[in-house]
Amino acid sequence: MNQIIDQAEAKTLLANVMNDAYPDARGRFGPFGGRYVPETLVPALDRLQSGVDRYLRDPEFLEAFNAELESWVGRPTALTHARALSKRWGADIWLKREDLAHTGAHKINNAVGQVLLAKKLGAKRVIAETGAGQHGVASAAACARLGMPCTVYMGSVDMERQAPNVGRMKLLGATVVPVTSGDQTLRAAVDEALRDWVSDPNGTYYCLGSAVGPHPYPYLVRELQSVIGREAREQILSAVGKLPDWVIACVGGGSNAIGLFHPFVKDRDVQMLGLEAGGTGTGLGQNAASLAYGRPGVLQGSYSLLLQDQDGQIQETHSVSAGLDYPGVGPEHALLMSIGRVKYEAVNDDDALAALAECCAAEGILPAIESSHALAGAKRLAQAHPGATLLVGLSGRGDKDMPTLQRTLLKGAV
Amino acid sequence: MAARESIGKAIGSARERGEPALVAYITAGFPQRDRFQDVLTSVAAAVDLIEVGVPFTDPMADGTTIQRSSRAALEQGVTLKWILSELTVFSGRSPRPETPLLLMSYLNPLLAYGIDRLPDDAARAGVAGFIIPDLPFEECDELRAAFERRGLALVQFVTPVTPNERVKLLTENSSGFIYAVTMTGTTGKNVAVPAEVLEYFDRVKAISPVPVCAGFGIRSREQVERLAPHVDGVIVGSALVEALERGDDPGVFLSSLRLKK
Repeated sequence: MNQIIDQAEAKTLLANVMNDAYPDARGRFGPFGGRYVPETLVPALDRLQSGVDRYLRDPEFLEAFNAELESWVGRPTALTHARALSKRWGADIWLKREDLAHTGAHKINNAVGQVLLAKKLGAKRVIAETGAGQHGVASAAACARLGMPCTVYMGSVDMERQAPNVGRMKLLGATVVPVTSGDQTLRAAVDEALRDWVSDPNGTYYCLGSAVGPHPYPYLVRELQSVIGREAREQILSAVGKLPDWVIACVGGGSNAIGLFHPFVKDRDVQMLGLEAGGTGTGLGQNAASLAYGRPGVLQGSYSLLLQDQDGQIQETHSVSAGLDYPGVGPEHALLMSIGRVKYEAVNDDDALAALAECCAAEGILPAIESSHALAGAKRLAQAHPGATLLVGLSGRGDKDMPTLQRTLLKGAV
Repeated sequence: MAARESIGKAIGSARERGEPALVAYITAGFPQRDRFQDVLTSVAAAVDLIEVGVPFTDPMADGTTIQRSSRAALEQGVTLKWILSELTVFSGRSPRPETPLLLMSYLNPLLAYGIDRLPDDAARAGVAGFIIPDLPFEECDELRAAFERRGLALVQFVTPVTPNERVKLLTENSSGFIYAVTMTGTTGKNVAVPAEVLEYFDRVKAISPVPVCAGFGIRSREQVERLAPHVDGVIVGSALVEALERGDDPGVFLSSLRLKK
């Protein structure tokens, strides 16, 4: 199973990608993806699969989804010309403003879509995991809006560093369950949510927040998040009159990135760059960059690239951003990297924080630390390709990061 | 005789004695790595089959007890490589221990070990088969074929929410036995064994060409008595791990579950 993709195979896989062949019938993106779950969840995933097949093509469902996106989420979100950053960095920089979406990040697109689906599938309650708290807040809000009880699993380490979001979830009516097992961050929260789901596979809907997990989640999340890329593609065409040279997004599990990238995949002249959390260094445990430093393996339902030791034990990760602090990555990103369609690089903590500060001062926008990894990547690209048109996914706003920013950028500031 | 046949044989002899086979799960190297041979010896003497658990950082099908034992084993440096070398020592004793050994592992440690060399190394260590809780039937072809070539079993799972057609598919493709999960949920919770659970086991037994072993939440002799007419074996995991955690003699605890002394 530990395939190494050779050039000939990469060519075939790329052709398949261009033909929309993935995921295939087995839920695979080339060699990646699949469905590695306990038998208890197989019927639940089968039901989810048939629900996805039915409702994502159902005009009535899509109408309800789009109506929520427009009147409640506030879509389309703006495309902002970052005039000052463009000047400073020497490229033409455009920001896709998911920070302006309701609840402050792209996560809401997926959450509202999945909670609508949960209702269609007759679920009695919704569970979700959260890292930075953004998906938890989005799920809690969507559940409140649509009248579903909601339980959110959150690592106790994350509860501390994203405290404002814990209070928001509670106000929105969700039960927040602290996860003290494992690494007490996003990975442990996913494990715990899966355990909850295994206990009640018929009545519970698991609203997974990223493009990870067993099939059909990576596909479902991509489809619900692709609204980002579809809007951005239209907006930049109308603003600039051409497609961007590069599309840039941060990648943890990879949901905002796949949502932004997917509608550009077939535009052969558009290059794409995903930025992972480079943390404090390249060693195991110092970062959360699974594509840059990981090896293939199976975690939480899918075959992808993982940060693991030689014995297959999953390693603790580090990133200043809770939302990127995950040892795996969505299987579609693993494919897009291995065939060379998307380039992935790591951005370290300090560069991400510096880009955050620059964006605040130059554009009057406080981006999430996650999104600041994409900004740092854009800065790097601008230096390498002066004058290029760069479309950057600003996946969320940074208000939730104030406790971290107090400890870092604002430390010692009066 | 293929190694996997020893599993059915062991379950058959228990049935001949008039009781369900007793299957014990232990996390390898728990509670202490250097006591693994002793634990294996006393457990082997008390049961019909042993599942040796390979610890994993993310045991998503397991409750808090096995999460804890897995973490403790990992902290002591337990690896699959170490486990296989310990099992080689155990199986190499004279006289050779009769209790068949199965490895229970999440998929990733097996992938990391290398699917190309795992079947050979496992067979040499005296392993009769594998149980892989996050490897559903649809994903198992490659491994199943590799195990088959070395005469090793790959045990499939059924659960109370598995539809009949799928029970047929899974039992027909399971080797050794079929692992029938008593409830939806993770390991370790106490199970009351209500009437519908017994009906579920009867349904699985009627369909299955292989022995049916019930697992998840089995802790007491009363449960074993109630399950006995409906299954071919019972699997005890978390309750045994807790006994080991308390420092109890595993043999004494396991004997308390036996219907025939």
